[in-house]
Amino acid sequence: MIDRLQLRFLYVVSRNLLVWRKLMFASLVGNLADPMIYLVGLGFGLGAFMPPIAGLPYLNFLAGGMICYSAMNSASFEALYSAFSRLKIQRTWEGILHAPMTATDVVVGEWVWAALKSTLSGTAMLVAMYLLHVVHGARPLAVLPVVLLIGLAFSALGLVMTAVAKSFDFFIFYFTLLITPMMFVSGVFYPRTALPLAVQRVAEFLPLAHGADLARGLTLGLPMAHPLLDLAVLAAYALAGVALAVTLIRRRLLR
Amino acid sequence: MLTVQGLRKSYSGIEVLRGVDFRVAAGECYGLLGPNGAGKTTTLKCCLGLTAPDAGSIALAGFSVPAGARAARARTGVCPQFDNLDPDFTVSENLIVYGRYFGLSRHTMQQRVGRLLEFAGLEDKATARLDTLSGGMKRRLTLARALVNEPQIVFLDEPTTGLDPQARHLIWDRLKSLTAAGRTLILTTHFMDEAERLCDRVGIMDRGALIAEDTPRRLIQAQIEAHVVEVYGEGVQTFARELAPRYAQRVELTGETAFCYCTDPAPLLETLGQRSELRALSRAANLEDVFIKLTGRDIRD
Repeated sequence: MIDRLQLRFLYVVSRNLLVWRKLMFASLVGNLADPMIYLVGLGFGLGAFMPPIAGLPYLNFLAGGMICYSAMNSASFEALYSAFSRLKIQRTWEGILHAPMTATDVVVGEWVWAALKSTLSGTAMLVAMYLLHVVHGARPLAVLPVVLLIGLAFSALGLVMTAVAKSFDFFIFYFTLLITPMMFVSGVFYPRTALPLAVQRVAEFLPLAHGADLARGLTLGLPMAHPLLDLAVLAAYALAGVALAVTLIRRRLLR
Repeated sequence: MLTVQGLRKSYSGIEVLRGVDFRVAAGECYGLLGPNGAGKTTTLKCCLGLTAPDAGSIALAGFSVPAGARAARARTGVCPQFDNLDPDFTVSENLIVYGRYFGLSRHTMQQRVGRLLEFAGLEDKATARLDTLSGGMKRRLTLARALVNEPQIVFLDEPTTGLDPQARHLIWDRLKSLTAAGRTLILTTHFMDEAERLCDRVGIMDRGALIAEDTPRRLIQAQIEAHVVEVYGEGVQTFARELAPRYAQRVELTGETAFCYCTDPAPLLETLGQRSELRALSRAANLEDVFIKLTGRDIRD
Protein backbone atom coordinates (compact mmCIF):
# COMPACT_ATOMS: atom_id res chain seq x y z
CA MET A 1 0.00 0.00 0.00
CA ILE A 2 2.69 2.46 1.12
CA ASP A 3 4.77 1.40 -1.86
CA ARG A 4 1.89 1.76 -4.32
CA LEU A 5 1.13 5.29 -3.12
CA GLN A 6 4.84 6.25 -3.33
CA LEU A 7 4.81 6.93 0.41
CA ARG A 8 8.03 5.05 1.11
CA PHE A 9 9.42 8.20 2.76
CA LEU A 10 7.21 7.23 5.73
CA TYR A 11 9.65 4.38 6.49
CA VAL A 12 12.35 7.00 7.02
CA VAL A 13 10.03 9.07 9.21
CA SER A 14 9.13 6.02 11.29
CA ARG A 15 12.80 5.06 11.66
CA ASN A 16 13.56 8.48 13.12
CA LEU A 17 10.45 8.35 15.28
CA LEU A 18 11.60 5.05 16.77
CA VAL A 19 14.98 6.56 17.69
CA TRP A 20 13.27 9.65 19.13
CA ARG A 21 10.96 7.51 21.27
CA LYS A 22 13.99 6.11 23.09
CA LEU A 23 15.01 9.60 24.16
CA MET A 24 11.47 10.95 24.32
CA PHE A 25 11.50 11.97 27.98
CA ALA A 26 14.64 14.09 27.74
CA SER A 27 13.45 15.53 24.46
CA LEU A 28 10.04 16.53 25.80
CA VAL A 29 11.49 18.08 28.95
CA GLY A 30 13.91 20.09 26.81
CA ASN A 31 11.13 21.08 24.42
CA LEU A 32 8.99 22.46 27.22
CA ALA A 33 11.73 23.86 29.49
CA ASP A 34 13.53 25.82 26.77
CA PRO A 35 10.61 28.08 25.77
CA MET A 36 9.51 28.50 29.39
CA ILE A 37 13.00 29.70 30.31
CA TYR A 38 13.04 32.22 27.46
CA LEU A 39 9.51 33.42 28.07
CA VAL A 40 9.96 33.82 31.80
CA GLY A 41 13.48 35.24 31.52
CA LEU A 42 12.99 37.67 28.66
CA GLY A 43 9.24 38.12 28.87
CA PHE A 44 9.10 39.02 32.56
CA GLY A 45 12.68 40.23 33.04
CA LEU A 46 13.10 42.39 29.96
CA GLY A 47 9.34 42.94 29.76
CA ALA A 48 9.42 44.86 33.07
CA PHE A 49 11.30 47.67 31.31
CA MET A 50 9.31 47.63 28.09
CA PRO A 51 6.24 49.60 27.09
CA PRO A 52 3.34 47.58 25.64
CA ILE A 53 3.83 46.69 21.99
CA ALA A 54 0.75 46.86 19.73
CA GLY A 55 -1.26 47.19 22.90
CA LEU A 56 0.09 43.93 24.34
CA PRO A 57 2.45 43.23 27.25
CA TYR A 58 5.98 42.48 26.03
CA LEU A 59 5.67 38.87 27.25
CA ASN A 60 2.76 38.29 24.88
CA PHE A 61 4.46 39.98 21.95
CA LEU A 62 7.64 37.98 22.54
CA ALA A 63 5.76 34.69 22.86
CA GLY A 64 4.18 35.18 19.43
CA GLY A 65 7.64 35.49 17.89
CA MET A 66 9.32 32.82 19.99
CA ILE A 67 6.96 30.13 18.72
CA CYS A 68 8.44 30.68 15.22
CA TYR A 69 11.98 30.95 16.54
CA SER A 70 11.67 27.63 18.33
CA ALA A 71 10.20 25.95 15.22
CA MET A 72 13.04 27.34 13.10
CA ASN A 73 15.71 26.22 15.55
CA SER A 74 14.35 22.76 16.02
CA ALA A 75 13.95 22.09 12.27
CA SER A 76 17.40 23.50 11.54
CA PHE A 77 19.20 21.40 14.16
CA GLU A 78 17.49 18.23 13.00
CA ALA A 79 18.08 18.86 9.28
CA LEU A 80 21.70 19.92 9.84
CA TYR A 81 23.36 18.04 12.68
CA SER A 82 21.15 14.95 12.97
CA ALA A 83 20.69 14.47 9.23
CA PHE A 84 24.39 15.02 8.51
CA SER A 85 25.25 12.43 11.12
CA ARG A 86 22.97 9.93 9.35
CA LEU A 87 24.49 10.89 6.00
CA LYS A 88 28.17 10.90 6.87
CA ILE A 89 28.94 9.53 10.32
CA GLN A 90 26.51 6.63 10.71
CA ARG A 91 26.01 6.04 6.96
CA THR A 92 22.35 5.35 7.69
CA TRP A 93 21.22 6.70 4.31
CA GLU A 94 23.73 4.50 2.49
CA GLY A 95 22.19 1.48 4.20
CA ILE A 96 18.66 2.59 3.30
CA LEU A 97 19.65 2.98 -0.38
CA HIS A 98 20.72 -0.67 -0.47
CA ALA A 99 17.06 -1.51 0.10
CA PRO A 100 14.45 -0.72 -2.58
CA MET A 101 14.37 2.94 -1.51
CA THR A 102 15.45 5.99 -3.48
CA ALA A 103 17.44 9.08 -2.49
CA THR A 104 14.21 11.06 -2.91
CA ASP A 105 12.46 8.80 -0.38
CA VAL A 106 15.27 9.48 2.08
CA VAL A 107 15.35 13.26 1.62
CA VAL A 108 11.57 13.68 1.71
CA GLY A 109 11.44 11.47 4.82
CA GLU A 110 14.07 13.58 6.60
CA TRP A 111 12.32 16.78 5.47
CA VAL A 112 8.98 15.73 6.91
CA TRP A 113 10.57 14.34 10.06
CA ALA A 114 12.46 17.54 10.91
CA ALA A 115 9.27 19.55 10.28
CA LEU A 116 7.29 17.26 12.60
CA LYS A 117 9.92 17.68 15.30
CA SER A 118 9.75 21.44 14.92
CA THR A 119 5.96 21.26 15.19
CA LEU A 120 6.47 19.49 18.49
CA SER A 121 8.69 22.35 19.69
CA GLY A 122 6.10 24.86 18.51
CA THR A 123 3.40 22.93 20.34
CA ALA A 124 5.47 22.98 23.52
CA MET A 125 5.80 26.73 23.12
CA LEU A 126 2.05 27.06 22.69
CA VAL A 127 1.52 25.00 25.85
CA ALA A 128 3.85 27.38 27.67
CA MET A 129 1.81 30.32 26.35
CA TYR A 130 -1.38 28.77 27.69
CA LEU A 131 0.30 28.10 31.04
CA LEU A 132 1.44 31.73 31.29
CA HIS A 133 -2.05 32.95 30.27
CA VAL A 134 -0.65 34.61 27.14
CA VAL A 135 -3.29 32.92 25.00
CA HIS A 136 -6.82 31.65 25.69
CA GLY A 137 -9.46 29.59 23.94
CA ALA A 138 -9.17 27.42 20.85
CA ARG A 139 -8.30 29.98 18.15
CA PRO A 140 -4.52 30.03 18.84
CA LEU A 141 -4.40 26.32 17.91
CA ALA A 142 -4.70 27.49 14.30
CA VAL A 143 -1.02 28.47 14.53
CA LEU A 144 0.09 24.83 14.54
CA PRO A 145 -0.29 24.26 10.77
CA VAL A 146 1.73 27.45 10.28
CA VAL A 147 4.39 26.10 12.63
CA LEU A 148 4.50 22.92 10.50
CA LEU A 149 4.97 25.07 7.41
CA ILE A 150 7.79 27.04 9.07
CA GLY A 151 9.31 23.68 9.98
CA LEU A 152 9.06 22.47 6.38
CA ALA A 153 10.75 25.68 5.14
CA PHE A 154 13.68 25.54 7.56
CA SER A 155 14.07 21.79 7.33
CA ALA A 156 14.37 22.14 3.53
CA LEU A 157 16.97 24.92 3.84
CA GLY A 158 18.86 22.86 6.43
CA LEU A 159 18.93 19.81 4.14
CA VAL A 160 20.37 21.96 1.34
CA MET A 161 23.22 22.89 3.70
CA THR A 162 23.65 19.26 4.72
CA ALA A 163 23.85 18.27 1.06
CA VAL A 164 26.86 20.49 0.47
CA ALA A 165 28.51 20.19 3.90
CA LYS A 166 31.88 18.48 4.25
CA SER A 167 31.86 18.51 8.05
CA PHE A 168 29.85 19.75 11.02
CA ASP A 169 32.01 22.92 11.13
CA PHE A 170 30.29 24.17 7.99
CA PHE A 171 27.00 24.57 9.87
CA ILE A 172 28.50 27.26 12.13
CA PHE A 173 28.57 29.56 9.07
CA TYR A 174 24.93 28.84 8.34
CA PHE A 175 23.88 29.62 11.91
CA THR A 176 26.11 32.67 12.33
CA LEU A 177 25.61 34.23 8.91
CA LEU A 178 21.98 33.30 8.18
CA ILE A 179 19.92 31.97 11.07
CA THR A 180 21.07 34.38 13.79
CA PRO A 181 20.75 37.57 11.68
CA MET A 182 17.40 36.32 10.38
CA MET A 183 16.22 35.97 13.97
CA PHE A 184 17.11 39.62 14.69
CA VAL A 185 15.68 41.19 11.53
CA SER A 186 12.47 39.15 11.34
CA GLY A 187 10.75 40.72 14.34
CA VAL A 188 11.01 37.87 16.84
CA PHE A 189 12.10 40.02 19.80
CA TYR A 190 10.81 43.45 18.72
CA PRO A 191 8.67 44.87 15.88
CA ARG A 192 10.50 45.10 12.55
CA THR A 193 9.47 48.76 12.32
CA ALA A 194 12.23 49.50 14.86
CA LEU A 195 14.81 48.63 12.18
CA PRO A 196 16.17 50.83 9.33
CA LEU A 197 13.96 50.77 6.26
CA ALA A 198 16.55 48.96 4.12
CA VAL A 199 16.73 46.14 6.66
CA GLN A 200 12.95 45.92 6.73
CA ARG A 201 12.96 45.52 2.92
CA VAL A 202 15.40 42.60 3.20
CA ALA A 203 13.32 41.01 5.94
CA GLU A 204 10.32 40.91 3.61
CA PHE A 205 12.12 38.20 1.64
CA LEU A 206 12.87 36.04 4.68
CA PRO A 207 10.66 33.13 5.70
CA LEU A 208 10.92 33.81 9.43
CA ALA A 209 9.46 37.33 9.08
CA HIS A 210 6.38 35.95 7.33
CA GLY A 211 6.09 33.18 9.89
CA ALA A 212 6.27 35.69 12.76
CA ASP A 213 3.52 37.87 11.26
CA LEU A 214 1.25 34.87 10.81
CA ALA A 215 1.97 33.45 14.26
CA ARG A 216 1.28 36.75 16.03
CA GLY A 217 -1.93 37.18 14.10
CA LEU A 218 -3.19 33.71 14.90
CA THR A 219 -2.11 33.50 18.56
CA LEU A 220 -2.53 37.09 19.75
CA GLY A 221 -5.26 38.28 17.38
CA LEU A 222 -3.08 41.04 15.88
CA PRO A 223 -4.20 42.16 12.41
CA MET A 224 -2.45 40.31 9.60
CA ALA A 225 -1.48 42.51 6.63
CA HIS A 226 -1.17 39.81 3.97
CA PRO A 227 -1.65 36.31 5.35
CA LEU A 228 -1.86 34.66 1.91
CA LEU A 229 1.45 36.18 0.84
CA ASP A 230 2.98 35.00 4.14
CA LEU A 231 1.78 31.44 3.49
CA ALA A 232 2.96 31.58 -0.12
CA VAL A 233 6.48 32.73 0.84
CA LEU A 234 6.81 29.96 3.43
CA ALA A 235 5.49 27.36 0.99
CA ALA A 236 7.86 28.61 -1.72
CA TYR A 237 10.89 28.26 0.58
CA ALA A 238 9.72 24.81 1.64
CA LEU A 239 9.10 23.45 -1.88
CA ALA A 240 12.02 25.10 -3.68
CA GLY A 241 14.27 24.13 -0.78
CA VAL A 242 13.31 20.48 -0.76
CA ALA A 243 13.57 20.24 -4.56
CA LEU A 244 17.10 21.63 -4.39
CA ALA A 245 17.99 19.37 -1.45
CA VAL A 246 16.76 16.29 -3.37
CA THR A 247 18.85 17.27 -6.41
CA LEU A 248 22.00 17.94 -4.41
CA ILE A 249 21.74 14.89 -2.17
CA ARG A 250 21.00 12.61 -5.13
CA ARG A 251 24.14 13.96 -6.77
CA ARG A 252 26.14 13.37 -3.59
CA LEU A 253 24.88 9.86 -2.84
CA LEU A 254 24.50 8.40 -6.33
CA ARG A 255 27.84 9.15 -7.86
CA MET B 1 21.31 -14.06 -12.00
CA LEU B 2 23.65 -11.20 -12.90
CA THR B 3 24.83 -10.19 -16.37
CA VAL B 4 27.17 -7.25 -16.84
CA GLN B 5 28.13 -6.18 -20.36
CA GLY B 6 30.45 -3.46 -21.60
CA LEU B 7 30.31 -1.41 -18.42
CA ARG B 8 32.02 1.96 -18.69
CA LYS B 9 32.20 4.79 -16.19
CA SER B 10 34.26 7.95 -15.88
CA TYR B 11 34.60 10.35 -12.98
CA SER B 12 35.63 13.85 -14.07
CA GLY B 13 37.41 12.61 -17.17
CA ILE B 14 39.15 9.65 -15.53
CA GLU B 15 37.92 6.29 -16.78
CA VAL B 16 37.44 3.97 -13.78
CA LEU B 17 35.58 1.25 -15.67
CA ARG B 18 36.58 0.53 -19.23
CA GLY B 19 34.45 -2.27 -20.52
CA VAL B 20 33.63 -4.73 -17.73
CA ASP B 21 31.88 -7.97 -18.73
CA PHE B 22 30.93 -10.91 -16.55
CA ARG B 23 28.05 -13.25 -15.79
CA VAL B 24 27.13 -14.92 -12.55
CA ALA B 25 24.86 -17.95 -12.68
CA ALA B 26 22.24 -18.73 -10.03
CA GLY B 27 23.75 -20.50 -7.04
CA GLU B 28 27.28 -19.48 -7.90
CA CYS B 29 29.75 -17.75 -5.59
CA TYR B 30 31.68 -15.24 -7.67
CA GLY B 31 34.68 -13.32 -6.39
CA LEU B 32 35.67 -9.94 -7.75
CA LEU B 33 39.35 -9.39 -6.98
CA GLY B 34 41.60 -6.47 -7.68
CA PRO B 35 43.97 -3.95 -6.14
CA ASN B 36 42.66 -0.72 -4.61
CA GLY B 37 41.21 1.50 -7.31
CA ALA B 38 40.69 -1.37 -9.76
CA GLY B 39 36.99 -0.51 -10.01
CA LYS B 40 35.42 -3.24 -7.84
CA THR B 41 33.30 -0.96 -5.68
CA THR B 42 32.20 1.12 -8.69
CA THR B 43 31.16 -2.09 -10.45
CA LEU B 44 29.08 -3.11 -7.42
CA LYS B 45 27.47 0.36 -7.24
CA CYS B 46 26.53 0.11 -10.91
CA CYS B 47 25.06 -3.37 -10.41
CA LEU B 48 22.84 -2.08 -7.58
CA GLY B 49 21.72 0.94 -9.57
CA LEU B 50 23.39 3.34 -7.12
CA THR B 51 25.29 5.03 -9.88
CA ALA B 52 24.52 5.10 -13.59
CA PRO B 53 27.20 3.73 -15.94
CA ASP B 54 28.18 5.82 -18.98
CA ALA B 55 27.75 2.78 -21.21
CA GLY B 56 26.93 -0.90 -20.95
CA SER B 57 24.04 -2.97 -19.67
CA ILE B 58 23.27 -4.77 -16.44
CA ALA B 59 20.60 -7.35 -15.64
CA LEU B 60 20.21 -8.22 -11.95
CA ALA B 61 17.72 -10.81 -10.65
CA GLY B 62 15.75 -10.53 -13.89
CA PHE B 63 15.57 -6.73 -13.97
CA SER B 64 17.42 -4.27 -16.11
CA VAL B 65 19.51 -1.84 -14.04
CA PRO B 66 19.35 1.11 -13.48
CA ALA B 67 15.80 1.28 -14.99
CA GLY B 68 14.46 -1.55 -12.79
CA ALA B 69 16.94 -1.03 -9.95
CA ARG B 70 14.33 -0.81 -7.19
CA ALA B 71 12.72 -4.08 -8.20
CA ALA B 72 16.16 -5.68 -8.49
CA ARG B 73 17.23 -4.40 -5.07
CA ALA B 74 14.04 -5.82 -3.55
CA ARG B 75 15.45 -9.27 -4.45
CA THR B 76 19.03 -8.50 -3.48
CA GLY B 77 20.96 -8.34 -0.22
CA VAL B 78 23.94 -6.07 0.42
CA CYS B 79 26.63 -6.45 3.05
CA PRO B 80 28.59 -3.18 2.75
CA GLN B 81 32.27 -2.67 3.33
CA PHE B 82 31.76 -0.06 6.06
CA ASP B 83 29.53 -0.74 9.01
CA ASN B 84 26.27 1.18 8.67
CA LEU B 85 24.24 -0.55 11.34
CA ASP B 86 22.02 1.79 13.32
CA PRO B 87 23.80 2.56 16.62
CA ASP B 88 20.56 3.89 18.12
CA PHE B 89 18.84 0.51 17.87
CA THR B 90 19.23 -2.86 19.53
CA VAL B 91 20.30 -5.90 17.53
CA SER B 92 16.78 -7.08 16.69
CA GLU B 93 15.50 -3.53 16.07
CA ASN B 94 18.22 -3.16 13.45
CA LEU B 95 16.72 -6.12 11.60
CA ILE B 96 13.08 -5.06 12.04
CA VAL B 97 13.65 -1.46 10.93
CA TYR B 98 15.71 -2.60 7.94
CA GLY B 99 12.96 -5.01 6.94
CA ARG B 100 10.56 -2.07 6.81
CA TYR B 101 12.51 -0.49 3.95
CA PHE B 102 11.58 -3.61 1.98
CA GLY B 103 7.94 -3.13 2.94
CA LEU B 104 8.05 -6.06 5.37
CA SER B 105 5.57 -5.77 8.20
CA ARG B 106 6.53 -6.03 11.86
CA HIS B 107 4.65 -9.32 11.94
CA THR B 108 6.67 -10.82 9.07
CA MET B 109 9.89 -9.51 10.56
CA GLN B 110 9.13 -10.90 14.00
CA GLN B 111 8.84 -14.31 12.38
CA ARG B 112 12.15 -13.85 10.56
CA VAL B 113 14.21 -12.21 13.32
CA GLY B 114 14.64 -15.43 15.31
CA ARG B 115 16.03 -17.30 12.30
CA LEU B 116 18.27 -14.41 11.31
CA LEU B 117 19.71 -14.08 14.81
CA GLU B 118 20.32 -17.81 14.91
CA PHE B 119 22.08 -17.58 11.55
CA ALA B 120 24.29 -14.79 12.90
CA GLY B 121 24.93 -16.62 16.18
CA LEU B 122 23.39 -13.70 18.08
CA GLU B 123 20.37 -15.43 19.66
CA ASP B 124 21.22 -14.20 23.15
CA LYS B 125 22.00 -10.67 21.92
CA ALA B 126 18.54 -9.78 20.59
CA THR B 127 18.05 -6.85 22.96
CA ALA B 128 21.72 -5.90 23.23
CA ARG B 129 22.83 -2.39 22.39
CA LEU B 130 25.06 -2.11 19.34
CA ASP B 131 28.04 -0.68 21.23
CA THR B 132 28.25 -3.88 23.29
CA LEU B 133 28.96 -6.00 20.18
CA SER B 134 32.43 -7.00 18.97
CA GLY B 135 33.55 -6.28 15.41
CA GLY B 136 32.84 -9.86 14.38
CA MET B 137 29.34 -9.78 15.89
CA LYS B 138 28.57 -6.53 14.07
CA ARG B 139 29.70 -8.01 10.78
CA ARG B 140 27.52 -11.07 11.37
CA LEU B 141 24.59 -8.80 12.17
CA THR B 142 25.23 -6.84 8.95
CA LEU B 143 25.23 -10.13 7.08
CA ALA B 144 21.96 -11.18 8.73
CA ARG B 145 20.49 -7.78 7.89
CA ALA B 146 21.38 -8.36 4.23
CA LEU B 147 19.09 -11.41 4.38
CA VAL B 148 15.94 -9.79 5.81
CA ASN B 149 14.23 -9.86 2.40
CA GLU B 150 15.29 -13.49 1.73
CA PRO B 151 17.29 -12.35 -1.32
CA GLN B 152 18.19 -14.52 -4.28
CA ILE B 153 21.55 -12.83 -4.60
CA VAL B 154 23.80 -11.22 -1.98
CA PHE B 155 26.59 -8.69 -2.61
CA LEU B 156 29.40 -8.70 -0.06
CA ASP B 157 31.96 -5.91 -0.21
CA GLU B 158 35.08 -7.07 1.65
CA PRO B 159 33.11 -9.07 4.21
CA THR B 160 36.04 -10.01 6.48
CA THR B 161 38.29 -6.95 6.30
CA GLY B 162 39.41 -5.95 9.80
CA LEU B 163 38.27 -9.14 11.53
CA ASP B 164 40.44 -11.50 13.60
CA PRO B 165 41.02 -15.07 12.32
CA GLN B 166 38.29 -16.60 14.52
CA ALA B 167 35.74 -14.07 13.33
CA ARG B 168 36.80 -14.56 9.70
CA HIS B 169 36.36 -18.31 9.92
CA LEU B 170 32.89 -17.85 11.38
CA ILE B 171 31.92 -15.50 8.51
CA TRP B 172 33.30 -17.98 5.96
CA ASP B 173 31.26 -20.71 7.58
CA ARG B 174 28.10 -18.57 7.34
CA LEU B 175 28.81 -17.72 3.70
CA LYS B 176 29.31 -21.39 2.86
CA SER B 177 25.96 -22.18 4.44
CA LEU B 178 24.39 -19.54 2.17
CA THR B 179 25.86 -21.06 -0.99
CA ALA B 180 24.86 -24.52 0.25
CA ALA B 181 21.30 -23.19 0.50
CA GLY B 182 21.47 -22.17 -3.17
CA ARG B 183 21.91 -18.43 -2.87
CA THR B 184 24.05 -16.54 -5.33
CA LEU B 185 26.94 -14.62 -3.78
CA ILE B 186 29.12 -11.92 -5.24
CA LEU B 187 32.00 -10.84 -3.11
CA THR B 188 34.92 -8.50 -3.38
CA THR B 189 37.97 -9.21 -1.29
CA HIS B 190 41.67 -8.48 -0.89
CA PHE B 191 42.25 -11.86 0.70
CA MET B 192 43.17 -14.45 -1.89
CA ASP B 193 42.83 -17.30 0.58
CA GLU B 194 39.26 -16.15 1.17
CA ALA B 195 38.51 -16.13 -2.56
CA GLU B 196 40.20 -19.52 -3.07
CA ARG B 197 38.20 -21.00 -0.21
CA LEU B 198 34.77 -19.60 -1.03
CA CYS B 199 34.47 -18.78 -4.72
CA ASP B 200 33.40 -21.07 -7.53
CA ARG B 201 34.84 -18.56 -9.95
CA VAL B 202 36.87 -15.40 -9.61
CA GLY B 203 37.38 -12.42 -11.87
CA ILE B 204 40.55 -10.39 -11.45
CA MET B 205 40.10 -6.68 -12.15
CA ASP B 206 42.80 -4.15 -12.79
CA ARG B 207 42.59 -0.56 -14.00
CA GLY B 208 38.89 -0.76 -14.73
CA ALA B 209 38.74 -4.03 -16.67
CA LEU B 210 38.56 -7.76 -16.02
CA ILE B 211 41.95 -9.22 -16.94
CA ALA B 212 41.35 -12.89 -16.03
CA GLU B 213 38.40 -15.02 -15.04
CA ASP B 214 38.06 -18.70 -14.15
CA THR B 215 37.86 -21.09 -11.20
CA PRO B 216 40.66 -20.45 -8.69
CA ARG B 217 42.21 -23.86 -9.45
CA ARG B 218 42.24 -23.38 -13.22
CA LEU B 219 43.61 -19.85 -12.90
CA ILE B 220 46.51 -21.17 -10.84
CA GLN B 221 47.14 -23.98 -13.32
CA ALA B 222 46.93 -21.76 -16.37
CA GLN B 223 48.74 -18.70 -15.14
CA ILE B 224 51.55 -19.93 -13.01
CA GLU B 225 54.06 -22.70 -12.28
CA ALA B 226 52.93 -25.18 -9.64
CA HIS B 227 55.56 -24.39 -7.00
CA VAL B 228 56.99 -21.30 -5.44
CA VAL B 229 60.22 -21.14 -3.48
CA GLU B 230 60.73 -17.94 -1.54
CA VAL B 231 64.41 -17.30 -0.88
CA TYR B 232 65.86 -14.68 1.44
CA GLY B 233 69.11 -14.03 3.30
CA GLU B 234 72.53 -12.59 2.57
CA GLY B 235 73.49 -12.50 -1.11
CA VAL B 236 69.97 -13.19 -2.31
CA GLN B 237 70.25 -10.56 -5.06
CA THR B 238 73.25 -12.28 -6.66
CA PHE B 239 71.60 -15.65 -6.21
CA ALA B 240 68.41 -14.44 -7.90
CA ARG B 241 70.33 -12.94 -10.82
CA GLU B 242 72.86 -15.65 -11.48
CA LEU B 243 71.91 -19.01 -10.05
CA ALA B 244 68.15 -19.16 -9.60
CA PRO B 245 67.15 -18.77 -13.27
CA ARG B 246 68.90 -22.08 -14.02
CA TYR B 247 66.45 -23.96 -11.78
CA ALA B 248 63.27 -21.89 -11.90
CA GLN B 249 61.08 -20.89 -14.85
CA ARG B 250 60.65 -17.37 -13.46
CA VAL B 251 62.40 -15.42 -10.74
CA GLU B 252 61.13 -12.18 -9.22
CA LEU B 253 63.15 -10.15 -6.79
CA THR B 254 61.18 -7.93 -4.42
CA GLY B 255 63.13 -6.15 -1.73
CA GLU B 256 65.01 -8.86 0.16
CA THR B 257 63.05 -11.84 -1.16
CA ALA B 258 63.42 -13.80 -4.38
CA PHE B 259 60.25 -15.54 -5.58
CA CYS B 260 61.27 -18.56 -7.71
CA TYR B 261 58.38 -20.07 -9.67
CA CYS B 262 59.13 -23.61 -10.83
CA THR B 263 57.32 -26.68 -12.10
CA ASP B 264 59.67 -28.90 -10.09
CA PRO B 265 61.27 -27.34 -7.01
CA ALA B 266 63.59 -30.28 -6.17
CA PRO B 267 66.78 -29.16 -8.02
CA LEU B 268 66.46 -25.62 -6.66
CA LEU B 269 65.94 -26.84 -3.11
CA GLU B 270 68.95 -29.13 -3.46
CA THR B 271 71.13 -26.20 -4.49
CA LEU B 272 69.77 -24.10 -1.68
CA GLY B 273 70.58 -26.89 0.79
CA GLN B 274 74.28 -26.22 0.12
CA ARG B 275 73.95 -22.49 0.81
CA SER B 276 73.51 -21.99 4.54
CA GLU B 277 73.40 -18.18 4.27
CA LEU B 278 70.14 -18.40 2.31
CA ARG B 279 66.84 -19.50 3.80
CA ALA B 280 64.01 -20.90 1.72
CA LEU B 281 60.28 -21.49 2.01
CA SER B 282 58.82 -23.96 -0.47
CA ARG B 283 55.07 -24.00 -1.04
CA ALA B 284 52.41 -24.71 -3.65
CA ALA B 285 51.45 -21.81 -5.91
CA ASN B 286 48.23 -20.07 -4.88
CA LEU B 287 45.80 -17.46 -6.11
CA GLU B 288 47.85 -14.68 -4.56
CA ASP B 289 50.77 -15.57 -6.85
CA VAL B 290 48.43 -15.35 -9.85
CA PHE B 291 47.07 -12.05 -8.58
CA ILE B 292 50.55 -10.57 -8.13
CA LYS B 293 51.69 -11.86 -11.52
CA LEU B 294 48.71 -10.28 -13.27
CA THR B 295 48.47 -7.00 -11.37
CA GLY B 296 52.12 -6.42 -10.48
CA ARG B 297 53.82 -5.78 -7.16
CA ASP B 298 53.48 -2.01 -7.12
CA ILE B 299 51.53 -0.43 -4.30
CA ARG B 300 48.25 1.15 -5.45
CA ASP B 301 46.89 3.95 -3.36
